[in-house]
Amino acid sequence: MAQTEKYVLNMGPQHPSTHGVLQVQVELDGENIVGAKPVMGYLHRGIEKLMESRTYVQCVPFTDRLDYVSAMNNNLGFCMAVEKLAGIEVPERAEFIRVICAELNRIASHHVFIGSLTNDLGSATGMIYAFRDREKILDLFNIICGARMTAHYIRIGGVAADAQDEFLRDTQKFIDYVPEMLDEYNKLFSGNEIFQARMKKTSIITKEMALKFGMSGPNIRASGVDYDIRKIDKYGAYGKFDFDVPLGKRGDNWDRYMIRMKEIAESAKIIQQALDNMPEGPYMAKVPKVLRPPKGDAYHRVENTRGELGFYIVSDGSTKPYRVHIRRPSFVNLQALDTMCKGMLLADAVTAFATIDPLMGEVDC
Amino acid sequence: MHSGILYSLGQSLREILTSLIGVPILVDLLMTIICATILLLIMATSALVFTLGERKICAFIQVRIGPNRVGPGGLLQSVADMLKLMDKEDIVPRGIDKWLWVLSPILLLVPSALIYAFFPFDDGVILADVNVGLFLLIAITSQTILPFLMGGYSSNSKYSLIGGMRTVAQMLGYEVPMVFALMGIVMITGSLKMSAIVEAQSDVWFIVLQPLAFLIYIVTALVESNRPPFNIVEGESEIIAGPFTEYTGMRWALFFLAEFSNLMCIGILTTTLFLGGWHGPDFLPGFCWFWIKTLLCVLFYQWVGWTFPRARVDSMLSFGWKVLLPIALINVLLTGVGIYVYNVM
Repeated sequence: MAQTEKYVLNMGPQHPSTHGVLQVQVELDGENIVGAKPVMGYLHRGIEKLMESRTYVQCVPFTDRLDYVSAMNNNLGFCMAVEKLAGIEVPERAEFIRVICAELNRIASHHVFIGSLTNDLGSATGMIYAFRDREKILDLFNIICGARMTAHYIRIGGVAADAQDEFLRDTQKFIDYVPEMLDEYNKLFSGNEIFQARMKKTSIITKEMALKFGMSGPNIRASGVDYDIRKIDKYGAYGKFDFDVPLGKRGDNWDRYMIRMKEIAESAKIIQQALDNMPEGPYMAKVPKVLRPPKGDAYHRVENTRGELGFYIVSDGSTKPYRVHIRRPSFVNLQALDTMCKGMLLADAVTAFATIDPLMGEVDC
Repeated sequence: MHSGILYSLGQSLREILTSLIGVPILVDLLMTIICATILLLIMATSALVFTLGERKICAFIQVRIGPNRVGPGGLLQSVADMLKLMDKEDIVPRGIDKWLWVLSPILLLVPSALIYAFFPFDDGVILADVNVGLFLLIAITSQTILPFLMGGYSSNSKYSLIGGMRTVAQMLGYEVPMVFALMGIVMITGSLKMSAIVEAQSDVWFIVLQPLAFLIYIVTALVESNRPPFNIVEGESEIIAGPFTEYTGMRWALFFLAEFSNLMCIGILTTTLFLGGWHGPDFLPGFCWFWIKTLLCVLFYQWVGWTFPRARVDSMLSFGWKVLLPIALINVLLTGVGIYVYNVM
């Protein structure tokens, strides 16, 4: 008599499409997924604990290593939390440069998303195209701060160095290139029949589910929830710019992909405005050499590429933070993996995983 | 009767051998051995050329440079690859079904080498011009399921097993439309003989008479040879490498060799069945036309492969059964009507 049996397939931590060192225990019935359990911790470095033994200024490079493909956004989050704690006023020019860098990094991070998604769908060509364009942004970062990925450019009180004319000019060049770039992506994959067949109506997260999981970032906006901290909190200089928050309808893989494509265009819009209205002035506030924020605590959240990134810092009045907690969007978003994979095929698990777009450096922290 | 440089070369070789040995049977045997050796050499060379070619072409499509360090312009890259594979440790995993596991890559190579006997390279240049050439060809190519399934089953790895199972599903789903698509050609030619099929295209290529069959053939050929976008058997982002996951070194290289040989094989088949085989304007000999067309076909298949994402297994199978098969059947019907009308007129 024929007998079938469910079995567990261990995807990862060494697997071509786990974006780092995530292990997913997929329970399969043939090729149909019954459940998917993410197992994490392979990249845990104890960043929160490490920060307790460093001064505030020394903590900033750690944030680069959280979400290492959008380091600027992490720098921004931590620095703003410390500034809130210590009551530091940031000069306007620095705020503008920060916005430019953060948005450039958002585009670069979405490049990684597009690249790894297409790679997971079996088209290595897509990855190369996205990474070719990401390189342009990394070159910009190289000009402004000498580092490409782990920038450590946004510092407490401002930015590490002024934005040179060369940087502003090349950024303008890149922004002019963005529409052409998106056009190319649309031609290469968005319009592709196989690509659409694999993305549309797969791994749906409804509005209610997204809220229940506490998701944020492009993932929750794809489900149709208008939740963008840049708009809600208007932190930094974001209140001064005019931009839209693209929303999805169905919450499927396709929406999560299209949201990011649209966000690239929106980010370009913000950068353009920032370049046009760049104020003159200092790029760094007067920050004491030895920073001793007053006793108390502060929470600051920013819209990271992957969602709501929050830093909660408790100060005991010394030079080192007493406790730091990081609210990592990838970690929270990853919860949805099981729901997204259930009832799908093995190939969809890879797609679902790619469209959540988790980054293991951030998940494990 | 036959013309062309290759044919006359073969004839003169046969005459020399006859004058040396004299026994017709021995001469025949010797000629066969020589031909088989040449075909195997072609196969081996194609693997070497295609390794580099594939990497260079894919690099071109992906706006990269590709291998350019080993030898002038990276020409010796495939030699370096080969040496590396030979140098690798031969890892035999524990818990495998040893015999099946060892036999799988070897058995895979046999059908892909065997079909070269049925390819007409030039006018009269074909190792085995049997009456049921096309039928035998299809029968032999479908044998490649078995080694894949053997490798997948015996590896004692879930990834391999999933890959092996996918092979069976996809072969079942795509072999049928392919055969029905080729039926149109057989109906027009009235023969399964490969040389007759090429001969029938001396005026009009079958791509003109059988455009539907051509399209179906392109899709099914990509599936049969495991090329992207239908390489679900390997599906490297899902199941690592499917049945090849547990193989290393030269054993893996055999899979690789078979893959490239299959790639060339579908190029040759497209040329032979739809693009007029060795027919072409007179200023080049027939075999040149044959190779030009074949390489262009291979280039086309690689181009498709490096541009498209991979299809999902369920949509792929339903496409095979629900779309390609009905179209292929309609094609058979249309061809029949067409032949009837042509004969009446």
